[in-house]
Order: sequence, then C-alpha cells, then structure tokens
Amino acid sequence: MITAMASITLAGVSVEFPVFNAASRSLKNRVLSVATGGAIDRRGDGHVIVRGLEDVSFSVNEGDRIGLVGHNGSGKTTLLRVLSGIYKPTSGSALIRGECVSLINISLGIDPEATGRENIKLRAAMMGMRREQLREQFDEIAEFTGLGDFLDMPFRTYSSGMQLRLAFSTSTAIRPEILVMDEWLSTGDEDFKHKADKRLREIVDTTKILVLASHSRDLLQKNCNRILWMEHGRVLMDGPTKEVLPAYFG
Amino acid sequence: MLPSRTGFLPEAFADINAALQKHHLATTFSWQDVAQRYRRSRVGAFWLTINMGVMIGALGFVFGTLFRTPMQEYLPYICVSLIFWGFIASAISEGCTTFVGAEGIILQVRMPLFTHVLRTLYRNAIILGHNILIYPLVLLAVGRMPTWQVFLAVPGFLVLSLNLLWIMLILAVLCARYRDMTQVMQNLLQVMMYLTPIMWMPRTLPEGISQRLLDLNPFYHLISVVRDPLLGELPFATSWIACIVFAVAGWTVALLLFGRYRHRIPYWL
Repeated sequence: MITAMASITLAGVSVEFPVFNAASRSLKNRVLSVATGGAIDRRGDGHVIVRGLEDVSFSVNEGDRIGLVGHNGSGKTTLLRVLSGIYKPTSGSALIRGECVSLINISLGIDPEATGRENIKLRAAMMGMRREQLREQFDEIAEFTGLGDFLDMPFRTYSSGMQLRLAFSTSTAIRPEILVMDEWLSTGDEDFKHKADKRLREIVDTTKILVLASHSRDLLQKNCNRILWMEHGRVLMDGPTKEVLPAYFG
Repeated sequence: MLPSRTGFLPEAFADINAALQKHHLATTFSWQDVAQRYRRSRVGAFWLTINMGVMIGALGFVFGTLFRTPMQEYLPYICVSLIFWGFIASAISEGCTTFVGAEGIILQVRMPLFTHVLRTLYRNAIILGHNILIYPLVLLAVGRMPTWQVFLAVPGFLVLSLNLLWIMLILAVLCARYRDMTQVMQNLLQVMMYLTPIMWMPRTLPEGISQRLLDLNPFYHLISVVRDPLLGELPFATSWIACIVFAVAGWTVALLLFGRYRHRIPYWL
C-alpha cells in the first residue's frame, strides 16, 4: 500500500438517477415495444431522470472536518454515497484517496439470532475489517460493550440499548483515513453515552478527513472546521464553520 | 456518456480481484446465511440433507419402477443428479437476486460487487456439501463400491463452478436492471430440469437426432463432468471440451458486461 496523503477531489460531479417506472423496468415491455414497431416514440427510452447532484466541485485535504448541512432532499445522502465510493458520478470526476469507512447504519449485517460474539465478527466483516485485525481487537471490542456474559446470548434477547452498545462498539473499532457519518451516533444510557462520545471523539481526532452530515448546530460547531451547505443538489455555500453556520441557521 | 475511460475489462478485473482478496467476506457471510436459516432448529442445516434424502428415495422408487431400471443402477444415478441439479438450479436462480437482495449492503458499504456473487455460490456449495453426504449412504444401501474415477469429480466440480459464476454474474447484472428477468429464469430452469437428463438417463433416448440434440444442451455437459465420475464412469471428452469453451466464452461476455455496467448497478437498486 502506498501511504499517500488522504484527499478528496470532486470536479463537476453530477449524479442522475434513472427512475424506471413499471413500464420501462421490465423486459417484457421492451420486447413488446419492439414487436409493435415502436409507434410511440419515447425519448431516451422513456426514463425520467432525477438529478441528485449537479455540478458539485470541491476538494478536501487532510485535517479537514467537513460538516454537511442542507434541508431534506438537498443531496446530502447522495453526496455521502459519492464520497464513500458507492455512486460513481454520472458526469464529472470524483477522486477519493484513502481508505474510507461510512458509519451510516451501524447495525448493518447484524443477525438477531446469532450471539453477541458472532455478531461482533459479522459486523466487523461488514466494516471491511481484516481477520487478523479483528483477532487483535476482539477482546477490546467485547470489553467496550460492557455486556459481559450476555455476549454468549442471542442478539435478539438484548434490550434495544444493549443492541446499540454492541453495534456501536464494533463499528467504532475501526480507524479509517476518511470517515463519513450521517448524524452523530449517540447511544445508550448516560453511562454508556459518556463512553461513546469519548470514543467517537477519538475516531474523529485520528481520522485524516471527517465528513459529517448533521442537523445539529451545536455538534457541527464542535466538530467541524468547514461547512458545505447543499441545496437542490448544488453547493450553495462552502466556507469556515463560523461563516456558514450563522448563514444557514439564521 | 461513459464516466470511465479506463475500459471495461480493467474495471471488471479490479472488482473481481478485490473480491478475491477479501475472500473472507464471502465465506463469512455465506456460512452466516446457512446458519441463519437453521439457527433455532435442533438438526440444523441437516434438514437439507433429510429433505433431499426423502426426495431421492421417493423419486428413485417411482421413476426406477417406471423406467424398469434396476435400483442398483438407478438410485445412485438419481441421487447424484438431483443433488447437483439442485446446486446448479439454486445457484442460478439465487444468482438473479444477488444484487437486488444485497441492496442494503451495496448502498451503504463500499464492497466489491463480485463478493455478493461469490457469497451466493458459496452458500449453495455449503448446502451441496450437506447433501452430498447422502451419496455414500446410497452406495452402501445398493451395495456398490466407489471407484477411482470419483476423484475426477473434483476438477469437474471446479469447471462447473467456474461456469456457474459467470452465469450468475451476468444474471445478477441483468436482473438488477430488468426485474422480471428473474421470473423468466425461474421458468427456464424448470423447463431445463426436464430437458436435461436428471430423472431420465441419456441412454434411454432413441439413437439419432435426439442424441444429437442432447449434445446441444449445455446443462447436460455441465452436470456430466461431475456426475459421470461419481458414478464410476469417465465423462465424454465432448462434455469437458464443451464446458471449457463455455467457460471461456461466457467469462468474456460476463467481464465485458460487468465492466460496462458495474458502476451503474447501485443506481438501479
């Protein structure tokens, strides 16, 4: 592995979703429309296109803590997916250097019937953690959950607070170069919340780049040094926290 | 417009290579898939074995009697046939829903897409592993001994899996885009079960045209390279050649298609 500087460069990124209505999604219709000789000329085979992002350009360097703000439907989730390398832009280019992990749904991969221990393994695999890495960190993760003997019980027998503890402890054991989060993860009872916040701050401090989408002014103020304000799939404002936040929150 | 100027093949290779590197993901998840289905049952995944065993016993009795074939010959035949057809058919039909079913993962975690295809194949291979246990029992029951040809089933199985992988890859891509392809495939597989010698034996076909038609059925060759050795026979060279040609041609198409549409798949989900 080349240990280059982590960076993100988006140049003129647009993302367009094809909306396949029932009529265009099925093969049957496509075959039938060929058979009937295409009397109805549907332009671009009839797809409606929704533009999720439009001409987004910015670059992020190491040490940047980016906060994403914007109303619902402004393109935050889509942008997070582009940054995580899930959506490849339909036009423009997105260059993401560095290992990126997204903490969006921390319960993804968990099987309620499996025990706590098994779920730590499953969740870790889902995060892309290597086996050796997990072996090293397993005890530490198990201890952090504070679940003790419950780790040998099926996950479904846990209270929702305990379930969150397990998911959180495993998900935050990883130390990526680029961390993408949709809302701050706050979990559990007061005791665990304190531990969890400390742990999150640790990750935020060790990652080279943080991208955090949030609706909380307080949180953004505390964790970010730069804010991107998204509106209708475009970047409306991009600047230091102290300038953009007052403009957005008014 | 194409966002990638690197070409389709490198794109496809990069994904498949990454999936092979992160091999443990596919194995972890596929074991998990099997475990999940049988977690709270006492016999566990061996329900699969029991179900398959009952099926083989019943069909073996009915069709063996109908075809007037001695049980000593027919029972091992239908046993291997049903077990491997089950593997082929469910790998292909689950191949169709691979990307659609993994939507939650694909849209949230960056993971090679081929990992999901591998997971589906492994899952079915694990089930196959449970089912194949019936075969020695059947041999024992009819008083037949396995012969050295059994070992040839290993390369046969590998070439079968190699073929299944490209079929699954193509179908996973197509079915993510055209959802009713899945139904088409289900239907096709059902028909193929009767057109392929699974319940009936190839030699019961009349000489001439129907024998030659059989040679045009790819599933016949795919199943033969594994089945024949297990039954103590050498597969026809034609079957081996057909499987290899099939694999090379199929993978070429699969790689081009996958490379071309790989980055579109998340958008279709």
